Amino acid sequence: MKLRFDVSGDDFSLAGKASTELKRTLSRLGIGPAIIRKASIAMYEGEINMVIHAGGGVIETDIEAGGITMTLTDHGPGIPDISLAMTEGWSTAPDRFREMGFGAGMGLPNMKRNCDEFEIESEVGKGTKVRMVINL
Amino acid sequence: MSEQAGRVPHSVRLDEEKCVGCTTCIKKCPTEAIRVRKGKANIIAERCIDCGECIRTCPHGAKRAVSDPVSIIDGYRVKVAIPAPTLYSQYDEGKSVDKVLSGLLELGFDEVFEVAEAAEIVTAATKELLARDAAAAARGERSLPRPIISSACPAVVRLVQLRFPSLIPHLAPLIPPMEAAARIAKYKIHAGEEGVGVFFITPCAGKVTVTREPLGYERSALDGVIGLRDIYLPLRVAMGKAPERKLARAGRKGLEWARVEGECDALGERRSISVDGISNVIGVLEALENGNIGELEYIEALACPAGCLGGPLTVENPYIAKTRLRNREESAAEALVVPRGYEPPTFEELRWTVPVRSRNALVLDPDMIKAMLMMEEIEVRAEGLPGLDCGSCGAPSCRALAEDIVRGTAVESDCVFKLRDKVRALAKELMALEEIQPPGLDR
Repeated sequence: MKLRFDVSGDDFSLAGKASTELKRTLSRLGIGPAIIRKASIAMYEGEINMVIHAGGGVIETDIEAGGITMTLTDHGPGIPDISLAMTEGWSTAPDRFREMGFGAGMGLPNMKRNCDEFEIESEVGKGTKVRMVINL
Repeated sequence: MSEQAGRVPHSVRLDEEKCVGCTTCIKKCPTEAIRVRKGKANIIAERCIDCGECIRTCPHGAKRAVSDPVSIIDGYRVKVAIPAPTLYSQYDEGKSVDKVLSGLLELGFDEVFEVAEAAEIVTAATKELLARDAAAAARGERSLPRPIISSACPAVVRLVQLRFPSLIPHLAPLIPPMEAAARIAKYKIHAGEEGVGVFFITPCAGKVTVTREPLGYERSALDGVIGLRDIYLPLRVAMGKAPERKLARAGRKGLEWARVEGECDALGERRSISVDGISNVIGVLEALENGNIGELEYIEALACPAGCLGGPLTVENPYIAKTRLRNREESAAEALVVPRGYEPPTFEELRWTVPVRSRNALVLDPDMIKAMLMMEEIEVRAEGLPGLDCGSCGAPSCRALAEDIVRGTAVESDCVFKLRDKVRALAKELMALEEIQPPGLDR
């Protein structure tokens, strides 16, 4: 089954809403706690990234018998050097977000750690697309 | 294995006479466990976590917690009262802890053992749990995930079982102070004796349930649970008559467990969160599940506002009670010096002996494919509903109604707006029919 979440780019207080909704759905499907935990962490980090860097975006999830696929698409500034962005501790988050405790440079690596398949495409000036799969 | 539906003997009950079928409680229930049917707000037993939120919010007093009557103590040779520290905060400062405890003896109890004293022992065990666990982690052995979540509040444990099963390994595997107190009174002080009855005086609806259906252990040592509300007045009268005896033993570290931050203060753990009120607890647990909570050792989570002081069976306003409790904390010793008259329970004796498991009461169908199809239908149904969450259908939100429809416990026309649409369509059809003339008259 498919779910779509619009992530608002200007209201930080709404970040985490998509993750909560996804959790609600997964728990009703009887999906195990370990998977739910992974999915909520990956999704939450993705949402936060979209708010901080890209002014929001769209998350599409597809839940099938074999796994949960989450596709995060934004039309933000894009990532010039993906391998650098995937390095733990590397962050380009603006100061106002760092003051809130974000921007430790753990977002993308944490997303990758919590899923079984991770793909990222990005074009500077166009946006970023992340595809994550968690096997069931 | 999950708990069987309906097997949990909840303490929260509906007084049908008083329930007017308004929708106040259904909106406040954190697990969406209440539905208004035939004008009465019924509780779905397998979803209820005994948080008492409905008791607190019902404007008609129709939701109440069933506890044991004070007369339950009759028939026991030795009657032991184990009062929660919240009890002290219900009376003004003129009534010292000694006075309150003396009043209990005047009421017919033979002995008192303070739950606050056991709370100090549980605090020590929690410290040991953290230390042992840190040592195990240093040796590279299996350790508990951090932060550890206090398991003292039964509503929080049940909330974790139902809504946050991934956090079950975080729960502190220790029995709560009231159970520790009951075991000390029964199996330590009166070891091997017959006819000893131990009675908990509680501000908490969840504690009533947990005594019948323990979380983390096989059987409770308690013989009865008396709601604080029920003993408040008789105790007040008894206090006036009772000669004041020196009975209070618990120190500040035990007393402060009654209020939010008390457990963490007693523990002396700075890398911790103390959270009160069920919606705030849910917020913290969501953040923990999302991995967005930072480096923490301990979470003290209490379902009631201000902690146990805000329990649904209390009499006093929780914030007035909090100040009263603080005043008593200040006049108490730092901590209990030495347990007197009994061998204190060992760490092992305070550990859980039965694993706490997830409750799958929210799962749509055991077959995941079937559940997915149902979920898809819920999405479609929810789209078609007005989204006002008015509650007139008896469900807390349009989404919850959509879910109920797909689960087969409600129908679309339960929605007043959908019903109106249907009536309008029907009316149009009638108008159209009315315009048709019999062939003989049709000119």
